[in-house]
Amino acid sequence: MSSTYMMLAGFAQTWGLLYFVSVFVLVLVYALWPKSKTRFDEAARMPLRED
Amino acid sequence: MTQSNAARKSITTGEMGTAIAFAVLAFASIFIAAKAYTSEYAFHAYLFAAASAAAVFKIIDRYSSRPAEPPPLIIDGKPNYNMGPVKFSTVAAMFWGIAGFTVGLWAALELAFPVLNFDLAWISFGRLRPLHTSAVIFAFGGNVLIATSFYVVQRTCRARLAGDLAPWFVVLGYNFFILIAGTGYLLGITQSKEYAEPEWYADLWLTVVWIAYLLVFLGTLRRRTEPHIYVANWFYLAFILTIAVLHVGNNAAIPVSIFSPKSYIVWAGVQDAMVQWWYGHNAVGFFLTAGFLAIMYYFIPKRAERPVYSYRLSIIHFWSLIFLYIWAGPHHLHYTALPDWTQTLGMTFSIMLWMPSWGGMINGLMTLSGAWDKLRTDPVLRMMVVSVAFYGMATFEGPLMSIKAVNSLSHYTDWTIGHVHSGALGWVAYISFGAIYCLVPWLWNRERLYSLKLVSWHFWISTIGIVLYISSMWVSGILQGLMWRAYTNLGFLEYSFIETVEAMHPFYIIRALGGALFIAGALIMAWNLWKTVQSADLALSVASPALQPAE
Repeated sequence: MSSTYMMLAGFAQTWGLLYFVSVFVLVLVYALWPKSKTRFDEAARMPLRED
Repeated sequence: MTQSNAARKSITTGEMGTAIAFAVLAFASIFIAAKAYTSEYAFHAYLFAAASAAAVFKIIDRYSSRPAEPPPLIIDGKPNYNMGPVKFSTVAAMFWGIAGFTVGLWAALELAFPVLNFDLAWISFGRLRPLHTSAVIFAFGGNVLIATSFYVVQRTCRARLAGDLAPWFVVLGYNFFILIAGTGYLLGITQSKEYAEPEWYADLWLTVVWIAYLLVFLGTLRRRTEPHIYVANWFYLAFILTIAVLHVGNNAAIPVSIFSPKSYIVWAGVQDAMVQWWYGHNAVGFFLTAGFLAIMYYFIPKRAERPVYSYRLSIIHFWSLIFLYIWAGPHHLHYTALPDWTQTLGMTFSIMLWMPSWGGMINGLMTLSGAWDKLRTDPVLRMMVVSVAFYGMATFEGPLMSIKAVNSLSHYTDWTIGHVHSGALGWVAYISFGAIYCLVPWLWNRERLYSLKLVSWHFWISTIGIVLYISSMWVSGILQGLMWRAYTNLGFLEYSFIETVEAMHPFYIIRALGGALFIAGALIMAWNLWKTVQSADLALSVASPALQPAE
């Protein structure tokens, strides 16, 4: 029982942490990439456009 | 090669296949009804048979009156939107909303005055409570989500809804599921899983409907003429996909017999509890949060006529919210047989959720920058902004209550009920009301609502109702929690259970009063919407794109 816990906790505290942090970094990079600024500013206006 | 002038009308594979499938289902249902173990189950089987037979007739009738060609995707360079199913869901949402609020009021009155169940089994509190929660969450909220998602995905993709019969199958099939679930509760059919009470056959039906929903949504995204998929569609997609996974995982049950409504879940003991609250909390996270955030990201910019405050923040908001929410479920099982570390994990993720939640709230509120003056003149926008404020409040309170020390006081008390309703009435219902107030004039080609003054009345009456509701439940809940844990100096419990019940009584009456005000507001809304649709002088003069017949 405790070995299952140790295994899970060990995994969560190493690979799990790494996974979450890298996903978050990827999201930040994607969202804040300077070249995407115009594209995202345009996307922010999508609901306002009429046919 | 010569071409015939008029295309020959022929039945599509979809029409033929769906009609045959429903015909088979109709006969199977009659067979099951005949051999059913209980009369309640037989009643449901007959409902399935009647609905399936009606579906077969409707499909044939629709075929015989439709033109040979499928509806064009584009008319005069504009997308030929399919708004029929959206209209149906909007009306259904209003109907189920008022029904669900009323059942909630009745349940609240039964708590204050137990005599009101009249000793009738089918309106006892235990049966009305799931009827209320399912009616407001799944019937009202679900129809709002289906209506707005079908509207928003078409408008932001500039494409007609995918599928011919499929969107109607989703809308009508979902409402049929509601009917089965609701009548089942009244008759005593339940698998006793909170927010997942319907039995195996209703769950199977919903699975089919939900997969069709996912396919219609994905098909429309595929048809899009806009290169970028707007953020609201990401939230809708996360909602549809995750609910599918949660529903299947939490309802993995084996029926006793095909002739019995009873089933047994494959998970056992604490694993079952964990799966249930993995489902339960993500029903909050993905149904009541992600889906309604999609509404926020479309309807607030549209109504305020301002772009989304920060589109970049919306992307960070989306991914961090969905990555964190899925882990928060264990906070429902503090101090239970669930391992301690799992409880702590649930608590930690719940606290982290505060960040994306508030990021989203800020993004929604700041979308009004440059348009704050509209709050004075537009009560619809005011309603939506107040809903975002309630979202911020409820998502601050939630992480607080997930902390074990706080939870030891708040759990199993009315504080939880107050918390849920500040989210449900303040956030979910208000953003839905705002969206419906926007949708009805758009869908029925009206230049504006019948009366903004009535919207203002609705807003104030129901806001007072919400305040009465949540503040009475805070006081009641904390009082209850403190009374439960009060000891005398000899170490005995100071209060018997019934003394705590007695202490709740005044707060239960205040709560019911708050609920009554909330319903009064919703009735004003229904009247206002009815007059909007009925008043021909509100009709837009510009020619609207012709709708296809049979819509």
